[in-house]
Amino acid sequence: MSMNVEVLEDDKHHRYVLNMGPQHPSTHGVLRVLLELEGEYAMNLLPVLGYGHRCHEKIAEFKPAKSFMPNTARMDYLGALIYNHGFAQLLERACGIEVPERVEYIRVITSELNRIQSHLLWYGAYLLDLGAFTPIMYAFDDREHILDILEDVTGSRLTYCYFRVGGVSKDIDDKFVTSTRAFVKRLRGRFPMYEDLVNGNVILQNRLIDIGELTPQTCARYGVTGPLLRGTGVAYDIRRAEPYSIYSKFDFEIPTETKGDCMASFLVRFRELEQSLRIIEQALDSLPEGPIMAAKVPKKLKIPAGDYNSSVEAPRGELSYYLVSDGSDVPYRLKVRTPSYSNLSIVPEVCQGMLISDVVSAMGSLDLVIPEIDR
Amino acid sequence: MRSYFSKLFTGAWSLIVGLKVTIKAMFSPIVTCQYPREKLEVTPNYRGHIDLVKFADTGTHKCITCGSCMRECPSDCIVVDGEKREGVKGKALTVFTLNFTKCSLCGACVEVCPTKALDYSDEYELAGFARTDFHYDLLKRVEERE
Amino acid sequence: MVVAAVCGAVIVFGNALVMGYAERKLAGHIMLRPGPMEVGPHGLYQLVIDGLKLMGKQLVIPKNADKPLFMLAPLLAFAPVFVPLLVIPFSDKIQGFDLDVGLLLILAFASINVLAILIGGWSSNNKYSLFGAIRSVAQNVAYEIPMLLSLLAIIFMTNSFSLKEIAAAQSPVWFVIIQPLAFLIYIVAMVAETNRAPFDLPEAESELTAGFHTEYSGMSFSLFVLGEYANMFIVCSVATVFFLGGDSGIPLPYFEYSGIIWFLMKVYALMFFLVWIRWTYPRTRFDQLMNFCWKYLIPFSLVNLLITVVMVKLL
Repeated sequence: MSMNVEVLEDDKHHRYVLNMGPQHPSTHGVLRVLLELEGEYAMNLLPVLGYGHRCHEKIAEFKPAKSFMPNTARMDYLGALIYNHGFAQLLERACGIEVPERVEYIRVITSELNRIQSHLLWYGAYLLDLGAFTPIMYAFDDREHILDILEDVTGSRLTYCYFRVGGVSKDIDDKFVTSTRAFVKRLRGRFPMYEDLVNGNVILQNRLIDIGELTPQTCARYGVTGPLLRGTGVAYDIRRAEPYSIYSKFDFEIPTETKGDCMASFLVRFRELEQSLRIIEQALDSLPEGPIMAAKVPKKLKIPAGDYNSSVEAPRGELSYYLVSDGSDVPYRLKVRTPSYSNLSIVPEVCQGMLISDVVSAMGSLDLVIPEIDR
Repeated sequence: MRSYFSKLFTGAWSLIVGLKVTIKAMFSPIVTCQYPREKLEVTPNYRGHIDLVKFADTGTHKCITCGSCMRECPSDCIVVDGEKREGVKGKALTVFTLNFTKCSLCGACVEVCPTKALDYSDEYELAGFARTDFHYDLLKRVEERE
Repeated sequence: MVVAAVCGAVIVFGNALVMGYAERKLAGHIMLRPGPMEVGPHGLYQLVIDGLKLMGKQLVIPKNADKPLFMLAPLLAFAPVFVPLLVIPFSDKIQGFDLDVGLLLILAFASINVLAILIGGWSSNNKYSLFGAIRSVAQNVAYEIPMLLSLLAIIFMTNSFSLKEIAAAQSPVWFVIIQPLAFLIYIVAMVAETNRAPFDLPEAESELTAGFHTEYSGMSFSLFVLGEYANMFIVCSVATVFFLGGDSGIPLPYFEYSGIIWFLMKVYALMFFLVWIRWTYPRTRFDQLMNFCWKYLIPFSLVNLLITVVMVKLL
């Protein structure tokens, strides 16, 4: 049964505006939502954006294209390697650079580790919003292992600038392979604990089931992608629909649920952890030897004039870069289509008439990262 | 009626199962490190701010003042300058400063250097009271390092 | 009488010190971290320093807040905790007052807490605080009913409201074995009455940014916290007296007042349970909380009461 309440015609004078301001424990980042409340029901929601706008797309018009790589990591700090991947792929497609095979494998392994790390943080922070204070600590304990592995390879813990146009900046060694395998084994052993403590908990299930129901048609209208779309039953994942890199070589499932509520996207993200582990294992098993940088990458990367596009599957949905170049090495226009922007836009329609606790639940299940909305 | 009781019992059982997980965690060893009393070992590949490398064979840096790092830097935080000295081939380095407040740790400077004169340092305990605390004079640092 | 009042004050502050420290350490170990470690060996003096810090902070009053009510609310939350401590039998020889209607006194004073929260939330002139206050009123008023009904079952069995007689009537077997359902219902109602997780909506941190005590700082805030811990002590003591035999246990030799040690052990075991569940479960939604009370707790407690009455009449 849905908890949304119908709008009465002459009730506007009972309403008051509550500002879930830019500083709030459960809007992850600087998101401001103006709630018009009637009692505890949110009748009208208006997200106000722009508190974190840093003009990334304008910066791209002033620097040579390959110098934009650190900025991609700052747009979504949780999925930094995947953003790097999308941008590196964009420039490689534009300039016609072929990357060696070892590079593709390294990119896939590190991207999937990044996806797991992002989902673990979402898991912990979502439960913190709902009032459970310990699962975030357990999730961060697992996440520390990933951060240590990636720090050993890339040198940073969060905002990685590891991929380059034509390859990666540093090679992986045996220590990486052994510690990643150990991590895969460890995380698989932790899933029963998470199921016991969190997923099966009756209080959590009551908070998540039947809240914020989405349909595939609503998702299509707003351009929602990612685990939210997969929670409504549509098995759309860019890694399968338009395979990039070497994802077509791996055998992994796309978890879907049918109901489209918060519990559905919760379970989809939780199951994606297992699928990412499968991809990592298969990639480690078939890791080839070879160079880590393409043969001829010019120092001054002139991009031929034209329009180029590259889409990758970020942890939050479909991430697309669109580059318009006029022949020099500085882009004419770079447009980044981030998934959280479209995911946020369903909030005024889906969360209308919900209790505040449900608004918090629904917004947490969208897995928003505000810096990538504001860019 | 039956779903009333079944919901109650499955709910209560899930709560008890959750309690078992936490009590087990309560008696597990802690996983945090009591910084600053205990410190973790930082990997040698950590990307701190860049430093000029002191080579053992010459006892000094190998920068040839080509200015590639200054040109490659996306954030314009490196200033390299040299002067022509007589008897020395090429330019001699006189100024090499890094404005770490703007650095985005991309690594372009380290990778583009033709003589591999730059490398990342492993300092992570950086705290200061003014922005000028992070304007590093790398030439002075390499000369003072033993 | 004066001695009892002084002892009451010692219990309240001592309990806050012990419970505050225990809660933070236990919370830390559940989360795989050590908790306070800096102040004193293993953080033993942490609460003392926290108390001093809170006492030294500036009392900030928001601009349009209702000033007399704003200052009154913490006092109302804190003052009524002393009286119930007088009637609790810590052992068969240690009790402030043996009142014939001890239980009614305790329940009456526990309800004043609701008023304090409501006044605090209203006078803060802050929409978040108002939310917390409104939720708290509905929650506390609703959960008093199962609390009373489950205790009524025990009272039917022992025929008295006096806490000392109820503790004494458990000599062969504790009431938790005869009335396990009432015990479970009372535990749940106890968690809701003291506004502890998973029923801590009035001060829900991630939805309402600290609920009704958002605007309080310094000593006012610490009075709320002291009141909350003292409330926990009182409801756990009532549970011990009614269900766990009060001060019964193996008598320690050469120690006349050994009952109090058993009593305190039982009370702190229940408090440990309260801390344990706080750090395990997420928060319930408000209407689910009320549904749980009306649809599950009250029917079960009424059925329990009926069965008790029938059994008492038959036996």
